Amino acid sequence: MAGARAALFGHVTGRRVTPARPAPSGAELGARLRERDLTAAPAVLNLVENRAPGGREEVAALLSEVSPAALEGEPSAHIVGVTGPPGAGKSSLLSELVGAWRAQDRSVAVLTVDPTSKRSGGALLGDRARIAFDPSDRKVFIRSTAAGGQLGGLAPATRAAAQALATAFDVVVIETVGVGQSETDVADVADTVAVVVQPGSGDVLQFLKAGIMEVPDVLVVNKADLGQVAVSAERDLRSALRALDAPDTEVISVSCLPPPRGIEELIAALDTHRERTDLSERRLQARRAHALADFAAEHGERGLRSLGGRREAERWLGAADPGLDVPTLTRALEERAMEDA
Amino acid sequence: MSDGEHRLADPDRPWMMRTYAGHSNPRRSNELYRRNLAKGQTGLSIAFDLPTQTGYDSDHELARGEVGKVGVPISHRGDMAALLDGIPLREMNTSMTINATAAWLLALYIVAAEEQGVGEDALQGTTQNDIIKEYLSRGTYAFPPKPSMRLIADMVAYTVEQVPRWNPINVCSYHLQEAGATPVQEIAYSMSNAIAVLDAVRERVPQDLMGRVFGRISFFVNAGVRFIEEHAKLRAMAELWDEIGRDRYDVEDPRHRRFRYGVQVNSLGLTEAQPENNVQRIVLEALAVTLGRNARARAIQLPAWNEALGLPRPWDQQWSLRIQQILAYETDLLEYADVFEGSRVMDALVAELADGARAEMAIVEEHGGAVEAVPYMKAALVDSHRERVRRIESGDQPVVGINRFTETEPSPLTADAEGGILVVDPAVEAEQIAELERWRGERDQAAVEDALLELARVARRGDENIMPATIAAARAGATTGEWAQTLRAVFGDYRAPTGVTDALAGGGDEELAELRTEVDRVSDALGRRLKFLVGKPGLDGHSNGAEQIAVRARDVGMDVVYEGIRLTPSQIAASALQEGVHVIGLSILSGSHPHLIPAVTEALRDAGVDAPVVVGGIIPEADWPALRAAGVAALYTPTDFDLNRMMRDIVELVAAETGIAAKSL
Repeated sequence: MAGARAALFGHVTGRRVTPARPAPSGAELGARLRERDLTAAPAVLNLVENRAPGGREEVAALLSEVSPAALEGEPSAHIVGVTGPPGAGKSSLLSELVGAWRAQDRSVAVLTVDPTSKRSGGALLGDRARIAFDPSDRKVFIRSTAAGGQLGGLAPATRAAAQALATAFDVVVIETVGVGQSETDVADVADTVAVVVQPGSGDVLQFLKAGIMEVPDVLVVNKADLGQVAVSAERDLRSALRALDAPDTEVISVSCLPPPRGIEELIAALDTHRERTDLSERRLQARRAHALADFAAEHGERGLRSLGGRREAERWLGAADPGLDVPTLTRALEERAMEDA
Repeated sequence: MSDGEHRLADPDRPWMMRTYAGHSNPRRSNELYRRNLAKGQTGLSIAFDLPTQTGYDSDHELARGEVGKVGVPISHRGDMAALLDGIPLREMNTSMTINATAAWLLALYIVAAEEQGVGEDALQGTTQNDIIKEYLSRGTYAFPPKPSMRLIADMVAYTVEQVPRWNPINVCSYHLQEAGATPVQEIAYSMSNAIAVLDAVRERVPQDLMGRVFGRISFFVNAGVRFIEEHAKLRAMAELWDEIGRDRYDVEDPRHRRFRYGVQVNSLGLTEAQPENNVQRIVLEALAVTLGRNARARAIQLPAWNEALGLPRPWDQQWSLRIQQILAYETDLLEYADVFEGSRVMDALVAELADGARAEMAIVEEHGGAVEAVPYMKAALVDSHRERVRRIESGDQPVVGINRFTETEPSPLTADAEGGILVVDPAVEAEQIAELERWRGERDQAAVEDALLELARVARRGDENIMPATIAAARAGATTGEWAQTLRAVFGDYRAPTGVTDALAGGGDEELAELRTEVDRVSDALGRRLKFLVGKPGLDGHSNGAEQIAVRARDVGMDVVYEGIRLTPSQIAASALQEGVHVIGLSILSGSHPHLIPAVTEALRDAGVDAPVVVGGIIPEADWPALRAAGVAALYTPTDFDLNRMMRDIVELVAAETGIAAKSL
């Protein structure tokens, strides 16, 4: 010890006060989620984040327990992606949204994806600090995850977590940072994608116009309290959407400063989008994208080449049995890659 | 004074001598004040407890364990009257270290004076009232930045006419230095903060009052042990302040542009090891703020030698008061003109610091001013502090007793049973709560409710001054918690930026690389990255230590969950559970650890979290056994400055807890 007085109280010798509880299995957790046991959530996340040998089988067991085949239908949650450039106020908005969903007695799981420090591999996860919730409220679950080297995209575990938690929670939110790749990735997983825009910064508008970014399902102009600049941001986005022939995309102005404004309208817009969406089709696409992402994470560009490239792999997945769960699809891709190799 | 006249015709009058004091309850604090005044102290400096500073009554959940700890609890005019009983407020000059709730405590002071038959126009003193540094460093904010700035502007506008001898705001560079600021940052950020306040006031008072407003702004500065540079810093501040008054606010009267400051010298540099050495440090720091007549402090309070150990006792504070008295009355300090005038070294140092500060102020201005630049300044301070910690760790910055000359005889000063510090009787919390309930039961409830309704109405309107409604609520018998809750309902709650997420990634020295390899190894064995929750339970806002731990843990490759200050035990337990962390670190400096740490470990057990808990803070040795019994696995005090060593312990602890084979580092 550096300081002569620093006190370590025996734990370092390996003595435990209480024996560690064994981690529950994937199958067990899947069963608990099907019974809508929200207390399973922390262990589910610990499991899907586990990249140790053996972890992958457990995740497969979990996901097959909550597959549409096992559930006889799609998981009932609304999976919402919230993304946007840094500083757009996503966390403050989420804080208001969580409060409003809870006021409707909907249970909410929030998965936030933070950037990772490239140099050290470590990350400072600060988003949950901005989301106010009652710690005794068992129907709110918030988990921060480091992006883990995925450039602007989703943490490897986030897709699996969203899919699993959608079985038990009413709303599952995935929050990511960035414009470009991140909302494309979120769109693979979410039923509804909301892009949050900060008035006065034109990047989202430019990206939309340039076609770098796909048109999101809902556009949120945050910080409506800024007045004129927020009004013009909303107007510019609307006219851009008309030019892009996407008049169905709703533009909602909100303010998270007290008294908050526009939150009810935003929830209504998210709900309306989901009602209009062919959910089973979108979820099917999500599972296929998930399988391909898992495959690519495991086998890289080389693996994709042995499938004949990303496009070819997508085409093949498009023809696969719609009832298959993600691990089965991933395995099928691997078998196919082996055949062709 | 004409050229060549080095001796003053009449020696200067000594500065105002204060002791920052208050604890337990109003009655005991009043006894302490009277004793201090009898010893030759010439002004009061009131320390409020954390619930009072953050706008909670003693019976609020967040107040548990904090009542009467770092200062006195004041909930209503009855408490204020008891605190000031027998102290003539017409003559007294009182400094109140109060910020978020400054308007309220000033109102209580005005009402207490009224009860003594003293009008508000006669009152003299200072409310600290610098909210920006609360977001940056000290953490006792209550409301979001914009309404907080409005409260300050209202107080300035009110006092300049109604309480003309009051300093409504003491712009603090003190806490910036405690948060790691370099001298340039200390100057630049405090000047920028003052500008933000003045800009806000300018919108609320007629232009012809601005000269008087400018003249009422005083500063509260810090002085470290590098006392030559520290003195230069004060001269640079005087120069810049004059410049800002003249150029930015068109203040014509040079007397209004004079840089007036009070001081508490550095606590950051005081050591727990060989604590008697702190006396020498304090003396040298006192020289920094008194030596040159042209930038001499108006009021001084000195910390006690044992502040790194715990709360000082009256005798410890007397020792510090005597330092001031010897400087002022025994030495020849006050007999001469400015001793640095014409010094090439001093002039060059001042120019260097002033230029650096101007450049840094321009950056803050580019961010849109101090309020908008809080995240920028916070991240810059976290970075500077990290650099300071690194220099001490590496030995580049010598600290006697810490990284040099560590061999020592046992200190007789800390040999008594309580380790040479003041221990607040845990019974005061219950007594204070009972007293509060009695107060609520006996007052005219309808009058209080009417006064609070009126307060809410004024708060909602941006164009009415908050002070008259606040004073009316104080008179009616409302409490600190009720006043603050009324405003929270209108203004909203607030969490300040933590500064850590924007902190730059750490350097690539060998020790860090080695630690990263070990973190990677343990993470691989765990199956996912080692995850560490850094939590600050309770109302203590001194987050610098926790921030440094969080940043270093990130730099060695851990995933770190840090949610900032002011968390309840159940919030910490919920975060630990939901985030699936492998280890939990708690930081407390307010002395509330005997209550809060067991409350957190219990909440963790209830939540089913079995991750080990480590604790850092000002934890007297007498309290170690109880914390160990509460399940704390390791404990760090200010002696443990080697963060890498701590990181090593934490990785080892996680490995041992999870049965991963140890690897010697």
